[in-house]
Amino acid sequence: MSVVRQVTAGGTAPAEVEKPDVDEGTDLDTETPWVAIVWNDPINLMSYVSYVFQKLFGYSQAEADRLMLDVHEKGRAAVSNGTREKVELDVFRLHEHGLWATMEQQ
Amino acid sequence: MPLFSQRRIKRLGPGRYRITLPEPEQDLLRTLVPQLRELLTTDDPGLTRLFPTAYPDDPERDAGYHAMVRDELLERRFAALDALERTVEGGEVDEGTLSAWMRGLNDLRLVLGTRLDVSEDDDPMDLDPDDPLAPAWSIYHYLGGLQSMIIDALAQEL
Repeated sequence: MSVVRQVTAGGTAPAEVEKPDVDEGTDLDTETPWVAIVWNDPINLMSYVSYVFQKLFGYSQAEADRLMLDVHEKGRAAVSNGTREKVELDVFRLHEHGLWATMEQQ
Repeated sequence: MPLFSQRRIKRLGPGRYRITLPEPEQDLLRTLVPQLRELLTTDDPGLTRLFPTAYPDDPERDAGYHAMVRDELLERRFAALDALERTVEGGEVDEGTLSAWMRGLNDLRLVLGTRLDVSEDDDPMDLDPDDPLAPAWSIYHYLGGLQSMIIDALAQEL
């Protein structure tokens, strides 16, 4: 699964940086990308999940099918990323369509 | 109206579709939609899948998310059920209406599937007629079949 890593200005961030305990609204909170995760569930039809990915995010059928199969076989897939506000809206749209979606910060 | 060999969902052209359901199926949907509408006004645990957790590791943010979106999610679910019910007799519909059918049927399946505790291995061919839940299973599989036809029609538009 591809995960976007934020590289800090002035060089590559060390691989094992502990996330400092910060309040909401700090630079870290707004700049570190969030991802929307879709989880496998036994109810939603595979064709439905693929259709929703294409419709909501503009994926091609091949990309949407690959993500859908990731969800089905690996249990989860990251389907969008960006700021917290953007990803929250994506999660809302996924919830509107009955998909089991959560969001997390990378 | 012929019950067999019936093409229930047909794409007529860009953004135009025809729905043709045999009457028993219309009656089934007329029965199910008001039941879901009523359930949506409660905090029944069967609705969990319709209002999922967004922030599993952050209860505070999750509460904020739900406070922000719950009414909107509810409103859109009611609107989809209304559109489905309004056109249940069939005829020509636009893409928005057929999409409402797709989401309304999915909501019915999510609630019924949660009740039936569906798993990946459940096979429609394994239905045991003596199981008291057999009618609910039949309805669950029927709704999936109809939803699948709708998705096939809508996917032609992509």
